[in-house]
Amino acid sequence: MADIAVMDYGMGNLRSVANAVRKVAPHAEVVISQNAEEILRAERVIFPGVGAIRDCMAEIRAAGFDKVIAEIHNAKPLLAICVGMQALMSYSEENNGVECLNLFAGEVKRFPGGRAADGSQLKVPLMGWNSVRQSRPHPLWQGIADDARFYFVHSYYVQAEDEGLVAGISDYGLSFPAALASGKTFATQFHPEKSHTNGLKLLHNFVNWSGEC
Amino acid sequence: MSLAKRIIPCLDVDQGRVVKGVRFVDIRDAGDPVEVARRYNEQGADEITFLDITASHEERDTTYRTVERMAEQVFIPLTVGGGVRTLDDIRRLLNAGADKVSINTTAIHNPQFVREASERFGSQCTVVAIDAKSVATEDGSDRWEIFTHGGRRPTGIDAVEWAVRMADYGAGELLLTSMDRDGTKDGFNIPLTRAVSDAVSVPVIASGGVGELQHLADGILEGHADAVLAASIFHFGEYTVQQAKQHLASCGITVRL
Repeated sequence: MADIAVMDYGMGNLRSVANAVRKVAPHAEVVISQNAEEILRAERVIFPGVGAIRDCMAEIRAAGFDKVIAEIHNAKPLLAICVGMQALMSYSEENNGVECLNLFAGEVKRFPGGRAADGSQLKVPLMGWNSVRQSRPHPLWQGIADDARFYFVHSYYVQAEDEGLVAGISDYGLSFPAALASGKTFATQFHPEKSHTNGLKLLHNFVNWSGEC
Repeated sequence: MSLAKRIIPCLDVDQGRVVKGVRFVDIRDAGDPVEVARRYNEQGADEITFLDITASHEERDTTYRTVERMAEQVFIPLTVGGGVRTLDDIRRLLNAGADKVSINTTAIHNPQFVREASERFGSQCTVVAIDAKSVATEDGSDRWEIFTHGGRRPTGIDAVEWAVRMADYGAGELLLTSMDRDGTKDGFNIPLTRAVSDAVSVPVIASGGVGELQHLADGILEGHADAVLAASIFHFGEYTVQQAKQHLASCGITVRL
């Protein structure tokens, strides 16, 4: 049984995620897996994602990972990253509208862009280091300062119907969830594997998390 | 708190070594790319850019191996460029651990390649590098043109129009180098940087000409760049990335300290 499985459905910077996990858990068995059985047997699972949501959802369904994620959700610690987080929602307006996994009620919308309060242009994609306000305590925030910066790269953001899901908030012309949490699932819009010390700390917390809050 | 402006050390890599020359001559060795990248990662660099300047076919495997080694030790975004010609080149670089891939000459020969790359791999990892040079105009107004082959070959393409087109085709970011300034230490070409940055809605990285810390601040405050790239001021120990960030912060620029 693998300690940590990184889901491989042909999308995403899997190697970066696995590299960062191996860095914080040098003794753990980390697998990058396309195999549903292997993923279901793992102690904890990471669901990464990059790219456009239509292709991501198509690959997720083709691999049968929609059912795998639904089964893992709340059964064992699950970390969804970036488009992985967006895929957990009901629906995304990207690519003229795509139905998602509907584990969390809410939509994924495009940043409007425009100008910040100081007059500067709000470029889309949001690319870079943004601060994250920890809107509620969570074991995955342990040892990470409030308002710490993480690396984001995305053009779309999540709107969760249940505000109680929001564990972290960032601002980019508007406030949007940087992290969602429910039971044993934690999801980040940012890339912890690319967020240097803060990101590695969050991954360290994840690989040591019992799943209890 | 707002999004931080980024400082990106750039590694020009030739046959597995970091090098830096002035206008591509007088090349100095600046070390092993993995060691250099690690040093910048520790100093608080926001990203690393790796440009494979040989990019000859025989050397590609060296590049992939170097990217793999770097990605094992550097936990910040890594952009790799130089010699990217096919979708398979992009896939191999991403699989080796690159987060973004920079496309330059191939975009000029085949602009649709940028669209194909962004549709396949996403805009977030599709960077278009633009090498621009000032050209004379009859009325004396500013105009910049795209050049290839290290600034030797003009294309007739207007740099600002090209930037807009590349963003339309799905580039998620533009790496804008002033060929007039590259390696001179005279500072960024501010009118060029500002013209491009204001014309597009995607982030722009300013490159070419940084010789002192104030140049970095000027690129952001006057050039409206979202990120600033520099090589030699960091490679030869003149400044650390941290010193550069403190200088930007002292100018009122939001940075990740």
